[in-house]
Amino acid sequence: MAQKTYAGVTVDVNEEGYFTNPSQWTKEIAVEIAKEEGIILTGQHFAIMEFLRNRFNGGEALSIRSINHSGVIDVKTFYQLFSGAPLKKATKIAGIPKPASCV
Amino acid sequence: MKKLLILGAGTAGTIMANKMQKKLPVNEWSVTVVEKEINHFYQPGFLFIPFGYYQKKDILKPSLKFFPRGVQVINTEIEKIDPSHNNITLINGLEIAYDILIIATGTRISPEDTPGLKGELWQKNIFDFYTIDGSEALAEFFKTWPGGNLVINVADNPIKCPVAPLEFAFLADYYFTRKGMRNKVNITYVTPLSGAFTKPKASRMLGSLLERKNINLVSDFFIGEVDNANKKILDFGGREVPFDCLISVPLHSGDPVISKSGLGDEFGFVKADKNTLQSALFKNIFVIGDAGNFPSSKAGSVAHFQADVLEKNIVNYINNEPFSESFDGHSNCYIETGFGKGILIDFNYATEPLPGLYPLPVVGPFSLLKESKLNHLGKLLFKWIYWNILLKARKLPVTNYMSMVGKKME
Repeated sequence: MAQKTYAGVTVDVNEEGYFTNPSQWTKEIAVEIAKEEGIILTGQHFAIMEFLRNRFNGGEALSIRSINHSGVIDVKTFYQLFSGAPLKKATKIAGIPKPASCV
Repeated sequence: MKKLLILGAGTAGTIMANKMQKKLPVNEWSVTVVEKEINHFYQPGFLFIPFGYYQKKDILKPSLKFFPRGVQVINTEIEKIDPSHNNITLINGLEIAYDILIIATGTRISPEDTPGLKGELWQKNIFDFYTIDGSEALAEFFKTWPGGNLVINVADNPIKCPVAPLEFAFLADYYFTRKGMRNKVNITYVTPLSGAFTKPKASRMLGSLLERKNINLVSDFFIGEVDNANKKILDFGGREVPFDCLISVPLHSGDPVISKSGLGDEFGFVKADKNTLQSALFKNIFVIGDAGNFPSSKAGSVAHFQADVLEKNIVNYINNEPFSESFDGHSNCYIETGFGKGILIDFNYATEPLPGLYPLPVVGPFSLLKESKLNHLGKLLFKWIYWNILLKARKLPVTNYMSMVGKKME
C-alpha cells in the first residue's frame, strides 16, 4: 500500500493515487491534491465533493449522471470544474475510491 | 393466510416465485405475482438478433410456463405501491394487500433523457439493442447498410449487462468481416468510463482485444446530446464523434411505479441494503435484481445469486431471526468476442475479474478472462440452462458466493 503526504498529513492511497481510507481526508488535503491536478478549489467544488462523499458513504454507486440530481450543479458545470474526466478527478480530490461504476 | 407478493416476473421475480412457493408452508402463505407482460424474453438473446443469429420467436416463451403450481399470477400493470399500508393498487383500481413484498420490477432504457437521442433518426440511423423492437429494427437496417461510421455509445452506468456493448462491438467486427465489408465499416466504441471496462484487469484485457480487432476506443465521453442534422454525438467536454449508424445504450431507470411510490433514488432504483437486500425504508419490503440501487451488475446472473440469499433472509424475517445471508455482489458472465470465441468473467463487490478456470481448478472447463471456443459454446448452452434450470430455481453446479477456487492472483 502506497502512502502520500498532503498538507503535512500522511495518507494511504492506491497505485493510482486514490484514497483507500476516506476518513483520512480533510479540506486542506483536498486543496493540495487539486493543485496536482491543476485545479484551484472553490465553494462549488467543495459542494459537489460533499455530495459525492455522502453518496459514497451511503453505499450508493457514483455516476456522472447523478450529478444532475445533486441539487448543487449540473453535468455541464461539473465538466467545467473538473475538466477532462470530471468524475475521476473529483473522486480523487474528494478522497474516495475511483468509481467502479456498476460492475 | 399470509401473502407474499412479487412485483415483476422477469428473471429475478420468476426465480423468487419458484423458490418461495416451494419454501413457504402452503397452509400459511400464498404467493402472488403481478406482471404486465404475458411473454418472457430471454434477454441475452437481444444482442444476437441484429446479427441474424436469433429471431424474436427464438427468444420468447409464455411466462406462465415458468411458474409453479399454486402461484397466483395477475397479468396487469401496477399503479402504485402504498408501503405504509402494506398494499398495492393495480391500474384497474383493484387493491392487493401483502405481508411481505418482493420488488423485482427491473430496469428499462430511457432514451428520452438524452436530448436528441429519440429524434428524427431514432430507428432510422440510431438504434438500441436493449428492446426487441430496437434489435429487430437494427437487424433489418444491417441487411442493406453499405457501411460507414458505426458508433457504439454507452450513455452512462448503470446499464443492464455492462459487457453487452463490448460484445456488440466484437460481434459487429465479426459480422462485417464475414460479409466481406469490414474495410467499409469504421467501428468506434464510445464510453463514459476511462477504459473498455470498469475493473482494471478486465479493462486491460478487453482494451487490447478492441485494439486487435481494429475497434477505436473513445473514453471518458459523457454524451450531452445527439445532433441529428449533422449526425454526431457531443459530450459535455466539447468533444464530437460523427456517426452513420449509432448504436446507443441509453440511460437506464427503474420502473416509474418505484418513484411514484417514494421508494426509489433519483433514477427510480429501489433504495435497499446491498448485502441483505432489504428495503432501506420498510422492513417487509425486499428487492432483487435490476430494480435495486445496489452497486452490483444489473445482470441475470446477479439476480440468480441474490435469489439464494433472499430466500433464506425472507425465512429469517418471517421467523424473527437475524439475517443469515449476505449478498457479496457475485456476478459472472460470458462475453462473446466473435469468430466463435468467448471470455468468461466471475467477480463480486470486492474482487475484480481474475484469470483462471471456472467453476473448478485444472478441469474448468471454462477459462476466465481469456478467449476460448468453449466459453462461446457455454454462452450458447446457457439459453437452454436459463429456460430449463435457472428460471425454475433448480440447482446449478456453481457456488452462490464468489469462490477464489480456480482463480489466479497476479
